Amino acid sequence: MVKSDSTDARLPRRSGATTARTDVSIRGVTHAYGHAGPPVLSGVDLEIASGEIVALIGRSGSGKSTLLHIVAGLLKPKDGAVWIGGQRVQKPSADWVMMFQSPSLFPWMNVAQNTGLGLRYAGQRAGAAARIAEVLALVDLAALADRNVQDLSGGQQQRVALARSIATEPGLLLLDEPFSALDIFTRRALQNDVRRIAQTLGLTLVLVTHDVAEAVQMADRSVLLAEGGRITADTPITLTEADRHTHSRDFQKEVTRLRTLYSEVAGMG
Amino acid sequence: MSDVPVITSWRLPVPGRVRGVLNAALGIAALLLVWWIGGRLVANSPGMFAFSNFAPEPALSRLWQMTLSGEVWAMSWPSLYRVGLGLVFAILIGVPVGIAIGRLTFLREVTNIPFQFLRMISPLSWMPIAVMAFATWDAAIVFLIAVAAVWPVMFSTAAGLRRLDPAWLKVARNLGASPLHQLTTVILPAIATDILTGIRLALGVAWVVLVPAEYLGVTSGLGYAINDARDTLDYDRLAATVVVIGIIGFVIDFICLKAVQHVNWVRES
Ligand SMILES: Nc1ncnc2c1ncn2[C@@H]1O[C@H](COP(=O)(O)OP(=O)(O)OP(=O)(O)O)[C@@H](O)[C@H]1O
Ligand SMILES: [Mg+2]
Repeated sequence: MVKSDSTDARLPRRSGATTARTDVSIRGVTHAYGHAGPPVLSGVDLEIASGEIVALIGRSGSGKSTLLHIVAGLLKPKDGAVWIGGQRVQKPSADWVMMFQSPSLFPWMNVAQNTGLGLRYAGQRAGAAARIAEVLALVDLAALADRNVQDLSGGQQQRVALARSIATEPGLLLLDEPFSALDIFTRRALQNDVRRIAQTLGLTLVLVTHDVAEAVQMADRSVLLAEGGRITADTPITLTEADRHTHSRDFQKEVTRLRTLYSEVAGMG
Repeated sequence: MSDVPVITSWRLPVPGRVRGVLNAALGIAALLLVWWIGGRLVANSPGMFAFSNFAPEPALSRLWQMTLSGEVWAMSWPSLYRVGLGLVFAILIGVPVGIAIGRLTFLREVTNIPFQFLRMISPLSWMPIAVMAFATWDAAIVFLIAVAAVWPVMFSTAAGLRRLDPAWLKVARNLGASPLHQLTTVILPAIATDILTGIRLALGVAWVVLVPAEYLGVTSGLGYAINDARDTLDYDRLAATVVVIGIIGFVIDFICLKAVQHVNWVRES
């Protein structure tokens, strides 16, 4: 982290983004696949403050990915709407970016080119190289900029995907279980890094996960999406950074508290 | 496999590259030998000695003269021009249509039978129609080349598209890619290998179709040169022209192969 600490402070923020609002407002979002499919989301309401890190927990099939795709503008809801920073979401944008379970890097491009994709789409040529170098340093991949992405480990690939996601300085990052395919050590390192980067850049973060411990480690607040597509629990997580890093007794207590709550509310934990 | 020293192959005991060159030289020598033996047999048979100029010595010395006098270039250039132009039309039609039928199931299903039907018709069967439809012989030949070359390009492009990972397109959309961006940064690079492989196959077919097509009214090109040499009983020139056709075809194919390898991002092993 030595390299990145020096770059964090001077990361250029577009249009004074430190003051920009990137709160998220999800209002009455309802969705079903196909014409007569069963409802996947039924009237989801959720307010997320700017700079907040929210974990979205739920069983497999509860509609977490669906909700995230709708927030990202990759999927149109049957009803309801999403506002990000006061702007109604109509289509995807480099101002809010989703990260998927699989990094899906482009194998015909090297690490730096993959990282710069969003900048390229936005037509930002000036300063792109410097920006790419900065975000690669931020995710600890500065040394691998010229590598073929097919030569990277799974964890390194997901780091490239993270760098690619933040290169355009989005205010909001939507993470759909991006660490679930990684081994436990790599996952822990990335969980800590993502929280650190989000705080450094003032990002709003929505993290989808199955894993209560991951939610407690990374989030300021944990939200349960139950079957039937409704939010049935909404709990703040107040832990110090030290507690999160060391998995202290308080950390364990918090995990137990949420597990108990979720098994009562939704029979999961 | 076994301790007993047995000769399992005729490979020469020298490493990689040198061995490849030596084996290639061996192949060429074998071909020349067969040609030379054929020439001897023809020269020694009473009914056929008029054709003895087909043998390597007269043919190759004639080829050398024709190269020095510029005749090789003069007869190759019109042929290369026709094949090149025909190929350009084949690519301009084959790649977009291939992308369309690769992307749209409906279009693929509708066009499948008509296209397979048309593809199976020898391009030379179009000759009478081409002669009627086009004002110049040149245009008719270019048309025949294009008809021959369009199918490999189209089907190879379509096959490449069906192997495209949809997650790549989602990633691109997610980062704000326009449809044009998706075409230039995802679809085309992803299927470049398939397109070029199609072009390579198309050039092979086009080069084969070219010679009979140039038996048509034109008075230039390799096909014409063959016909002309036959009519004037100029058999060393005829054999030399055949060699020129073979060499150019080989060189074109080799260039295509190198291009395919250059854009191929798939990792072996
Ligand atoms: N493209 C689709 N077409 C039809 N049904 C779908 C589609 N995508 C998801 N579904 C259905 O919608 C429901 C919610 O799926 P979703 O992927 O949002 O769940 P999830 O909470 O993300 O699950 P997981 O934790 O397993 O990723 C599931 O029943 C799923 O089968
Ligand atoms: Mg999911």
